[in-house]
Amino acid sequence: MAKKVRRPGAVGEGTHGQDGRLTDTKTRDKIEAMARMVVEQIDRADNPTLNIPVRSLSNVAFNEKKGIIEMGDGKAARPFFDLGNARRFMQTMLMSSELLKLQQQHKTTSIRDMFYHCKHTIEGAREETFDEQEESDPVIEDLEVTLGALREELRIFANPEGSMVGPMTIRDTGDEIELSRMGSGGWAVPSIVEPHVIQFVKSEAKFILLIEKAAIWMRFNEDRFWKTHQCMIIHGGGQPPRGVRRLCHRMANELGLPLYVLVDNDPWGYYIYSVVRQGSINLAFESSRMAVPAARFIGMSSFDAAEFDLSASVTIRLNDKDIVRAKEIMAYPWFADKRWQREIKHMLKQGVKLELEALSNKDFSFIADTYVPEKLKKRKWLD
Amino acid sequence: MADTTTAQPMTKPATAQLGFEFSSGDRSPAPPAARPERNKDRDQTEARPSKRSRGGKSTSAGPVTAEHMATQQREISVSEFFAKNRHLLGFDNKRKALLTTVKEAVDNSLDACEEARILPELVVEVTQTAEERFRVMVQDNGPGIVKEQIPNIFGKLLYGSKFHRLKMCRGQQGIGISAAGMYGLITTGKPLSVVSRTSSKAKAHHYKLAIDTKKNRPDIVHDEAIDVDFPHGTRVEIDLVASYVKGRQGVDEYIDQTAIANPHAEIRYVNPTGERLTFHRGVKELPPETKEIKPHPHGIELGVLMKMLKETECQKVGGFLQKEFSRVTSSTCKSVCKTTGITPLTWVKQIDSQTAERIYDALQKSRIMAPSTDCLAPVGTQQILAGLLKGVKAEFYTAATRAPTVYRGNPFQMEVGFAYGGELPTEETARLIRFANRVPLLYQQSHCSIYKAVADTNWRAYGLSQSAGSLPAGPLVIMVHFASVWVPFTSESKEAVADYDEIRKEIRLGLQECGRKLQTFINRRKRTEREGERRSVFVRYIPEVSNALNAITGAGVKKLRDQLMALARERTELADRELDDQGRFIRKSKKRDPLEDDSTVIVERDPGGPEAGAELFGDDESRMTGKVVPRKKGRRK
Repeated sequence: MAKKVRRPGAVGEGTHGQDGRLTDTKTRDKIEAMARMVVEQIDRADNPTLNIPVRSLSNVAFNEKKGIIEMGDGKAARPFFDLGNARRFMQTMLMSSELLKLQQQHKTTSIRDMFYHCKHTIEGAREETFDEQEESDPVIEDLEVTLGALREELRIFANPEGSMVGPMTIRDTGDEIELSRMGSGGWAVPSIVEPHVIQFVKSEAKFILLIEKAAIWMRFNEDRFWKTHQCMIIHGGGQPPRGVRRLCHRMANELGLPLYVLVDNDPWGYYIYSVVRQGSINLAFESSRMAVPAARFIGMSSFDAAEFDLSASVTIRLNDKDIVRAKEIMAYPWFADKRWQREIKHMLKQGVKLELEALSNKDFSFIADTYVPEKLKKRKWLD
Repeated sequence: MADTTTAQPMTKPATAQLGFEFSSGDRSPAPPAARPERNKDRDQTEARPSKRSRGGKSTSAGPVTAEHMATQQREISVSEFFAKNRHLLGFDNKRKALLTTVKEAVDNSLDACEEARILPELVVEVTQTAEERFRVMVQDNGPGIVKEQIPNIFGKLLYGSKFHRLKMCRGQQGIGISAAGMYGLITTGKPLSVVSRTSSKAKAHHYKLAIDTKKNRPDIVHDEAIDVDFPHGTRVEIDLVASYVKGRQGVDEYIDQTAIANPHAEIRYVNPTGERLTFHRGVKELPPETKEIKPHPHGIELGVLMKMLKETECQKVGGFLQKEFSRVTSSTCKSVCKTTGITPLTWVKQIDSQTAERIYDALQKSRIMAPSTDCLAPVGTQQILAGLLKGVKAEFYTAATRAPTVYRGNPFQMEVGFAYGGELPTEETARLIRFANRVPLLYQQSHCSIYKAVADTNWRAYGLSQSAGSLPAGPLVIMVHFASVWVPFTSESKEAVADYDEIRKEIRLGLQECGRKLQTFINRRKRTEREGERRSVFVRYIPEVSNALNAITGAGVKKLRDQLMALARERTELADRELDDQGRFIRKSKKRDPLEDDSTVIVERDPGGPEAGAELFGDDESRMTGKVVPRKKGRRK
């Protein structure tokens, strides 16, 4: 199946099945077909080769109409008899056979667990099959795109990170949970939030506020911002994981809630917003079921320092990496919009970045009491 | 150089076609001041014809009047002369004395055997008899020497036949065996002992010879017909005061290198520490016989021309020019005469010194065909390889014999051999071994044209490291052989070849020829190593891949593994070195392989495993202990 390409647009609900049920046999067939193809290559005395869709900027395109990043047709050959690819080929084969076992045993596990599961010393060598999880995670992603199987179909989840509270009742694996009664920690967003796991029972929320950092989210929760403003507040601990993104996508699509994104004012903040809005380069094949093209960037903006009269002492000078990254981001087609160019240029011109915490310089709750409400009121956002 | 070669009586000494009036040397005035440099070299080199030339030399060394010189010459005794000129003769110090003595005897023996077309078998024994006292014994299987000539050859200084011939032979080093005998006599008081037998039908003669140093005459101390256990050959024994040092620039190295340049010789050597080293014959063919040639007009000096004019038997200039020189045609002759203002029919006797000078100039300016080069007997590519194979434990051997060419009218030919890798030290600079007419040159390396050519070569281009202007670094032995009818040494010590452009160029070309092959080898070996590493990576992952594929498809672990292993081998084919039955490897390549020719040998050496070269080199512990390298085995194919 290595040759099968997931066509843009073929991703998502279609492959996944409307009912969202995991189709174990289908995934199993895909793994077996791929392995059989390799065996055939070996029988023909060819160099066993996997063709893996490229997961990099060179192979993604921004679909302006849909407002999402989509993966192209580019594929990279991964031949076994090639010094640069041999190890990765071996790892891919090993991972495939272990993923098949996972299917056969009807179990779900984490990517970290898969790393440990596949890690062992290669016989007769002082070499590990996988040295660190940074090696095994991309192999899993390779298999997702090569097999055309979603991570959930592979029965793999990422480390769940992120919490949500707000006026909403959901059903999680059969348990009904009232999200307005989650105390200080909130409801931990699981990695798999597909309809067969999570169902929305009742919602009184008017919008969703996605906050970059857990610490800021704590401020909003403690101040009961969600209650005052009748919204869901959710965070993803930095770059939001799939579960959080998928959940936002579902709430936006199924419940019709607008999504506001609150991040630091630095290139990484912009990128987090862009991933939420139109998908990531790395997981472009999943954009259509992750991205929220209507997401709004509420802050922080490079103009906020002046707008809110922030002291110069709470700004941080941009370092070289920031500047390089900012310029990269400016070149992405999905930031081509004039307003975005102005925003980023202004940051570069000022030469400083701002953390969300900088607003605490005014007052502990300035961010929840003044900053966000004012921005919402004045409709000061970018999209 | 003593000439033990012929069983025939020696030719009359000192009818020299070159240089001086040797026959009347003692009483003659000193040679002309503008004594041709070439002759200076030659008379030393050949050493035999006349002690007078020695006298001439010693006087030319000091600023004295001709009259004073003449007086001195008359009064000087051979032993005094000898004592004063030891350094010129190769006896500067005790260590070198031992080397020179062995060298003279060995070179003699080899020349003798070759001239008689006998494959040389030499026994060299150096034994210590007391502190600082050694006995050198050299025995050969040569033709032997007729009884009457033995006293003259061994008991008379500067007596021989080779001096006045233009012919490639050894004898570039110092002085004859009689000088060694004299050195022994002076230092120990013991006469030189010679046993020689010319035929299995005859008895051998045993002489003990002292030299009457006043009269330069052999003094027969002992004369006896004895029975010996060899059918023909000569055994010389000399007692002398000397010192023995192992290693570089000593007897060991000399024998070692002699064996390399003379793979047709079988040499058994016992050194003073009692080590027995045998250098087996590497090739069964004698070097081709060398021809004697007439001098080429471009290779002579004016003095030589005048000398030749005086001594020629030709009566007319035309005959003289065509008969006494090589490559002078009648048309050349005519045009030379015309330029000079004489005719070919002019009487030789009428030529005065000014006319001679004009003839000389005209000759130098005429275009004359280069001399024939068939007078040279290079060692030969195969023989160099055989010699290096038995002398050096390397991995890669290559050799090049350049086509003969000419410098200043003298034919010469360069040969280069490389031995690389194997057990040679990797951290040191390369070892350069130099030969002139098959004789190792052990001293004055840095003054030698050969050294300069090697140091000037850009070795980095061939994959070796090199600091500017010096020898390259790496596990390399560079052998350079200069073969010529006339070796232009830089000085009387005959240890360095003079730096002529033509010579340097030929050396450089030879080095480059070998260098390119070395580079190919080094690159290939690197590639082989790389391929080996590549394969090991694939091989390492094959079990994992096979297991995984089998777990998914049930295609069979063993089947998959075997198939993948076969593929890995195929895809890293270069890592395989196909071994032939001699332990060397042959690579198969669709393209013509630059190393697939007779000039290169590659020996597989596995440093970890049992001695790969054991078959070639025996279980010896010493590098010098070459074991038989049968010719076919010594070659790749």
